[in-house]
Amino acid sequence: MFEIRIHSRGGQGGVTAARLLALSAIYDGKYATACPFYGAERRGAPIVSFVRIDDNPIKIYSQIKQPDMVVVLDASVMDVVDVLQGLKKGGKVLINSTHEKKFAGFSSSHVDLTGIALRENLVVAGGPILNTPVLGALAKMGIISVDSAKKSIREMFSDERNVRAAEAAYREMIL
Amino acid sequence: MKKIATGNKAVAEAVKQVQPGVVAAYPITPQTEIVEQIAEFVSTGELRSRYIPVESEHSAMAACIGASITGIRTFTATSSHGLLYMHEMTNWAAGARLPIVMANVNRSIGPGWNIWAEHTDAMQERDTGWLQVYVSTVQEAYDTTLMAFRIAEHNEVLLPVMVNLDGFTLSHIMQPLDTVGIGDFIPAMYLPHAIDPANPAGYGGLTGPDQHFKFRWDIERSIRDSVKIIDTTEQDFSDRFGREYGFTEDYQCHDADVVVVSMGTLGKEAEVAVDMLRKEGIRAGSMRLRWFRPFPKLNLGGKEVVVIDRDYSFGFGGVLAKSIQAQQKTDVFSVIAGLGGQEVTYEDIADFIRTRRIGEEFWFGVNSHV
Repeated sequence: MFEIRIHSRGGQGGVTAARLLALSAIYDGKYATACPFYGAERRGAPIVSFVRIDDNPIKIYSQIKQPDMVVVLDASVMDVVDVLQGLKKGGKVLINSTHEKKFAGFSSSHVDLTGIALRENLVVAGGPILNTPVLGALAKMGIISVDSAKKSIREMFSDERNVRAAEAAYREMIL
Repeated sequence: MKKIATGNKAVAEAVKQVQPGVVAAYPITPQTEIVEQIAEFVSTGELRSRYIPVESEHSAMAACIGASITGIRTFTATSSHGLLYMHEMTNWAAGARLPIVMANVNRSIGPGWNIWAEHTDAMQERDTGWLQVYVSTVQEAYDTTLMAFRIAEHNEVLLPVMVNLDGFTLSHIMQPLDTVGIGDFIPAMYLPHAIDPANPAGYGGLTGPDQHFKFRWDIERSIRDSVKIIDTTEQDFSDRFGREYGFTEDYQCHDADVVVVSMGTLGKEAEVAVDMLRKEGIRAGSMRLRWFRPFPKLNLGGKEVVVIDRDYSFGFGGVLAKSIQAQQKTDVFSVIAGLGGQEVTYEDIADFIRTRRIGEEFWFGVNSHV
């Protein structure tokens, strides 16, 4: 089982990112579940969502304590939340950032999802949409296939800019 | 068709396929997504129901009763305080023998204010005459909602059915969902005692001491008959669509020395605990109770039993544990866990089984036990 925790702020689309990721994994022929942790969310407050991917049906509903991977859609949450908490030794970290961030004992990657979203003019209520471009980065990392990433985006959004943003993230991401 | 859906969306999808004539509902967390989605289906024309947005849950059930008594297929959904607010009317729905189907997204009762999973809400409807089923996956929520209409409307049953799904844990999780074309799986509704609005008649007149008990017994007779109807409906569902259900879902119970019994999503998590324990050499099994009313005859003879209750009857005990004790005429280890969304992992469930003390009650997270 591969377990992913996504950190974002309320309103940034972390829940939708989890859903798109799970749907992509299902299109890849795997089993997947996506569950947001529901607390008293407010727009802008740090939130987490979870994705589990496995070759067999998933029976676990409790929260992920030791993820294999952490995705940080908004690097500013790192000032208030320990995003590495419980991350397995050697686990992957994907950060939305213009520059590299290193963490001892983990393998980290970065890509400027915000820049890509702004370039494609993917902006809602004044904020960049990060949940579709991040799929491109996850495909580059081999978590899901490119075809499934595009298919799941098209399943949920009719605007092709979302697919273009994911393609840009795939191209621009440095592993 | 391969898709991904939340438990709430799965219920709404099923309702869309069943095409009730009337849906009357009031939103409440964490059920809101069901009625939102149904309202959207109605607005796009995908669901040709009359959608009645009411001012309260009491009115929602009253509207369902009014529609159902004319012979119209009827659906509603609620949760927690909404369900309790309906309570007078839920009794009426069962007493008037109306096959209303309701999704109840299980949520705790305040105070303290809490919006997370607990079964106490539905347990407080235990003695109303409604059939109650508890589901554990998005697929099961969809499949069971479909079956609920056929069971409720069967002329040997004619009782309302409550489909229960754990708040947030199941209502908001996204899992794969395979939708089906139902074809003639659910026959057209026929209510033998339907009122004809064009030819009005009165209902609910005074029923004297020489008659009332007969109506009560009639409910009980039908609920006993529903066992057979549930069985044949689930069998036909499996023949047509390939997914098997039952009164319980038994996992590794055949040779188990100890069986953990639970309902809802905890019953799935318990299967993972069983796998863990089996690797340690402990012969454990999991029995997930799907149907709570009618309460099935459980096959637990010769096994030690651990019962997890996501509910409590104050001054008495866990409702499920006490029910099983009474039926099996044996002591169990009663665990009270998951109240108000309390996190319970498969590792916790494995611990309950390892450290079982038959005859005792244990409140998870509380540092003492009775």
